[in-house]
Amino acid sequence: MRFVDEYRDADKGQALATQIAALCEPGRQYKFMEVCGGHTHTIYKHGIEDYLPENVALVHGPGCPVCVIPMGRVDDAIAIANEPGVILTAFGDMMRVPGGNGSFLDAKAAGADIRMVYSPLDALKIARTNPDRKVVFMAIGFETTSPSTAMTVLRAAAEGIDNFSVFCNHVTILPAIKAILDSPDLRLDGFLGPGHVSTVIGCRPYEFISRDYGKPLVCAGFEPLDLLQSVFMLLNQLAEGRCEVENQYTRVVPWDGNLRALEAIGQVMQLRPYFEWRGLGFISHSALRMRDEYAAYDAERIFDVPGVRVADPKACQCGEVLKGVLKPWECKVFGTACTPETPIGTCMVSSEGACAAYYNFGRFTRQRLTEAARV
Amino acid sequence: MCLGIPGEIVEMKAGHDDLAIVDVVGVRRAVNIGLLEADRIGIGDWVLVHVGFAMSKIDEAEAAATLALLAGLGQAYTDELQALAESDIT
Repeated sequence: MRFVDEYRDADKGQALATQIAALCEPGRQYKFMEVCGGHTHTIYKHGIEDYLPENVALVHGPGCPVCVIPMGRVDDAIAIANEPGVILTAFGDMMRVPGGNGSFLDAKAAGADIRMVYSPLDALKIARTNPDRKVVFMAIGFETTSPSTAMTVLRAAAEGIDNFSVFCNHVTILPAIKAILDSPDLRLDGFLGPGHVSTVIGCRPYEFISRDYGKPLVCAGFEPLDLLQSVFMLLNQLAEGRCEVENQYTRVVPWDGNLRALEAIGQVMQLRPYFEWRGLGFISHSALRMRDEYAAYDAERIFDVPGVRVADPKACQCGEVLKGVLKPWECKVFGTACTPETPIGTCMVSSEGACAAYYNFGRFTRQRLTEAARV
Repeated sequence: MCLGIPGEIVEMKAGHDDLAIVDVVGVRRAVNIGLLEADRIGIGDWVLVHVGFAMSKIDEAEAAATLALLAGLGQAYTDELQALAESDIT
């Protein structure tokens, strides 16, 4: 475990915590948003907030791909699954996401052929081995995942497989960050940039955040010390009056991203004029659809997709949680009506969702701190 | 689902330019390597695997640290490994 200790060393954590505290101006409140669900998970799991001074708050952003899928798209996918001869394939995380009329699991129980796959290439294989069926892949995810879908479509085209299509729900992170920056609800001092998305898009595309909005961003790794180091880098920029995009996660994230991956996305997909995000509403140019050249692989053109818009349940406050306006425990139904076993909102479904992460790990830390404060 | 799981390339699949056999904590599965520069990877290299594709080349230290972090995730990691074990990419 020699390598691991390097990123976990409690002494190093304390040393960073001291440096962080020294950089904070007394009386000033700092709010940093971690965009990525993986970061949210680490923050709760390892109690990162315990290492931060009281005036530094981390707020959770919209970076959980399952969490931002609106209910209407789940219903649309189920409508496709119910068409004759269709096999709908999806990642495991999607199976329990509630739509207006139940989840994929409910639809499967009612007779639809919905199968869980690990990779879009597994979905393609199902198409190859079931030539008499129409196999649809429910594509979700940010730029981390869209290259894989694009590569799979290119593969299908190269092999001449004509019973495979994609129900494309890929979203792009930058317009969502912009929507949050434009929203009057939240004042932020900077961002912890997503790790894996950045391996694809690189660091350069975030420059508008520092240039046009005056907020620093640091691309951060997933280890506890990575996150502390990144918070330190953000505070250091503020203390020195700088505002830049910096890369803490150089071990994995190249500044220019993965050009092959970007090319694959660009070849197969193009931006939609707008797309609905759960909780955030319609955001311009924030999602991808299949290009006309690949219309034969576009489930939205092959099937009659209802395209119904379903309002989120009234009790559900995922929107506020996704924008970082509410902490998970501030939602009215958190942990009571809405739990990982019976989720009402998407943030409770995915393990990367802020609510699920907090439900599984964070609340124990908070409970401990509250009790300690009482004694 | 955004998990990137480290794996070690143990075999380049003959007859398939874009496939390699990757060992992920003892599970050996075919993974697509078409998103990486072909001339820069080979047997013994570590890669981050996401939904059946190698997303980036990493070093062994990063792989070990990431694996330890993932192991701490509990169910989410177990589910991901289970899904990977059921994957059969060709």
